[in-house]
Amino acid sequence: MINTLIDKKNSNYYYYLLAGIFLFSISILDVVLYSFFKINLTIFLPDILGLFLPLIIGFAGLHLIRIEYSGIKTIDLINKNINTNNFNAFLTLLIIFAIVKAAPPSLSWMIFDANISGDSKEACTGTGACWTYVKVWFRRFMYGMYPNDLHWRINTAFILVIGLGFFGFFLKDSLKKYLALYYVIIYPIIAFLVIYYLISGGAFGLVWVETGAWGGLSLTFIVSFFCLIFCFPLGMILALGRRSNLPMIRYISVGYIEFWRGVPLITVLFMSSVMFPMFLPEDFFMDKLVRVIIAITLFEGAYCAEAIRGGLQSLPRGQYDAAKSLGMGYWKMHIFVILPQALKLVIPGICNTFLALVKDTPLIFVVGLAEIAGMLALAKTNPKWLGFAMEGYIFAAIIFWIICYAMSKYSYNLENKYKTER
Amino acid sequence: MNNKIKRYIPQILTLLFVIGLLGFFTFNAQVNMDNRGIDFGFGFLNQESSFDVQFSLIEYSGSHSYARAYLVGLLNTLLVSFISIIFCTILGVIIGVSRLSSNFLIRNSAAWYVEFFRNIPLLLQIFFWYYAALRALPLPEKAAPWFGVTYMTIKGYYIPSFIWNNFDIFLYSILAVIISIFFISSYAKKLRETSGKQIPLFFISLGLLIVLPAISFLIGGVSLDFEIPVLKKLSLTSYTYEGGIGLPPELIALVLALSLYTSTFIAECVRAGIQGVSKGQKEAAASVGLTSNQILKLVIMPQALRIIIPPTTNQYLNLTKNSSLAAAIAYPDLVLVFAGTALMQTGKAIEIVSITMLTYLSISLAIAALMNWYNKKIEIKEK
Repeated sequence: MINTLIDKKNSNYYYYLLAGIFLFSISILDVVLYSFFKINLTIFLPDILGLFLPLIIGFAGLHLIRIEYSGIKTIDLINKNINTNNFNAFLTLLIIFAIVKAAPPSLSWMIFDANISGDSKEACTGTGACWTYVKVWFRRFMYGMYPNDLHWRINTAFILVIGLGFFGFFLKDSLKKYLALYYVIIYPIIAFLVIYYLISGGAFGLVWVETGAWGGLSLTFIVSFFCLIFCFPLGMILALGRRSNLPMIRYISVGYIEFWRGVPLITVLFMSSVMFPMFLPEDFFMDKLVRVIIAITLFEGAYCAEAIRGGLQSLPRGQYDAAKSLGMGYWKMHIFVILPQALKLVIPGICNTFLALVKDTPLIFVVGLAEIAGMLALAKTNPKWLGFAMEGYIFAAIIFWIICYAMSKYSYNLENKYKTER
Repeated sequence: MNNKIKRYIPQILTLLFVIGLLGFFTFNAQVNMDNRGIDFGFGFLNQESSFDVQFSLIEYSGSHSYARAYLVGLLNTLLVSFISIIFCTILGVIIGVSRLSSNFLIRNSAAWYVEFFRNIPLLLQIFFWYYAALRALPLPEKAAPWFGVTYMTIKGYYIPSFIWNNFDIFLYSILAVIISIFFISSYAKKLRETSGKQIPLFFISLGLLIVLPAISFLIGGVSLDFEIPVLKKLSLTSYTYEGGIGLPPELIALVLALSLYTSTFIAECVRAGIQGVSKGQKEAAASVGLTSNQILKLVIMPQALRIIIPPTTNQYLNLTKNSSLAAAIAYPDLVLVFAGTALMQTGKAIEIVSITMLTYLSISLAIAALMNWYNKKIEIKEK
């Protein structure tokens, strides 16, 4: 019986295909018309049946289309990918319907009914999002309370730092051997000086801007950048310490790493704000931002160490043996043989650590630094702009998403590249 | 001799450096505390706390001690972690399996779900749910019931509470089920190994799990009542629900954000685990004559779980640590109650922050130790 049916389907597939496509299009059409234009084709049916009708029709259509091999390229592609069996067809329909249903309200909220003109709350009259809010507050979200006419200093500093970062790629081949030296030691120092003197000022005729005024997304970048360049050497020392064969050094490194990995960052930040002042000499004042950067560096150094240890471990033992057989000592072996190879391997791992770091920096909001989350909280409670929390958070989420997604893709690609190179 | 010196000198120097650093900090702390008139000690834990906590699992009021406040915070942290772990595991497994689906749409929606929720900072997600999404919920008097008896309002989620009679008898019956399942399964294993016979263990356990508690209801005098939340007028315009359990919006926002965020990582662990089992294993099992259920249960799952469980536990640990972000939306967890309010009142910065950190550290170390033990147990024993 079933066999004859299948045979029939094979010989008359053309008709089955037409019927299936017809049913499937009807079901999609029904959902699209209803969700986009509020036209209800099934108004004459009882409610509950009208709800499930497109699902049933579409399911029947997909069932008719399904065949092992039809000879038509598109149909085969569909059958292979979204229509392999009844369960898959059902899920396919559910996903398509969910997308179609969710698209109109979110699109109209975000784009069609949204407002971006004007520069006050009154400009927002529609039912959609009020992007005017984001537009008006844009500079605050980006630069915090930094004086408006000095924003060029932040921009210049970032451009310089990024430019210096790419500088290594243009070095002459004869200088390439100093590349690691440049990135690990010289670059952090130059970057630190650039950011310190350009953004905070106080020298070369630039006006002093105290760190309390820094904020917004630029503060996220500053904090994560400094933490990265400081936690890298720390992590390297700890990773070497953890793999050392001197027991005391190993225990101290393991203890350090496991301690910081075991506590949440928020308690570390609390520690930086209430415990650090206690631990320092009484007349020694340390800026809040500096304290936070030190705390995050100590914290992130432990994670960095684990990433670097992964790279060290993945080097074959032969490298160590070969270096030792040439009569190299511990430091010579590590500086000239082990680390140059291992550091290349740990770039993806470091990238992931950095990603986690960027995602963690909004937390500095809890100790009172007006990072982008802090600026959002400030903007949302501003009496002139009440009720636009949604827009602000979506804006911040989009920015972070783009940064983090790009970074995760980059590290993923690197990982694949090194996997094949080895 | 030369070698010995080479080995000892760096170690001694490092040790001296660490001890010196710690000594420097202790000395400074001593001086600073003397100057500010604070004395070091944990006596404050017994003092009356005189602050209130909005949401607590155990009885607590301002007249209780700081130690009790610590316990309230710790329990709240564990509560939110526990609920989130359950949700994120369910979600994570579904998404992880979906990522390997043969269906193009399912595979890609799962992939986009992971990319979407993984790449937005958790704090922003918590803020989004708490300040934006949950604020759009209706007021108590306008809320339509969900499933007839629960109410989702801007003031929280109100669900019926259970009122048990003779709860201990019910508990004993559950205990009896667990013990008998343990004995039956060990018997079944013995039977399988000695004579090759198999008994339907799963159905026997399921039957026991239904029958014994049912008996406790019928004979043991156990009964269960529901207390359904009822709308109550507080003042002219303000309403609230009374009776039942009210879950505060902070808890809901936190659970939502934590489980959505962590589920992406768990999904990746699950996917890696299933992909990590080589195809040959499945084919070999099939060629030995195992049914597809047996292949999944006896061949694929044990190997996949070996890969899945360690990183997943790590994610649970991360979730527990991340639950400390609760402090940002004023959910009374350990950090907010103890490292926030209690610290403000007593000024015992060093003691309180170290207790908080040590608490998290001991949770982490305990789970890590458990994990090591488990890894030792399941590792492939090569001959």
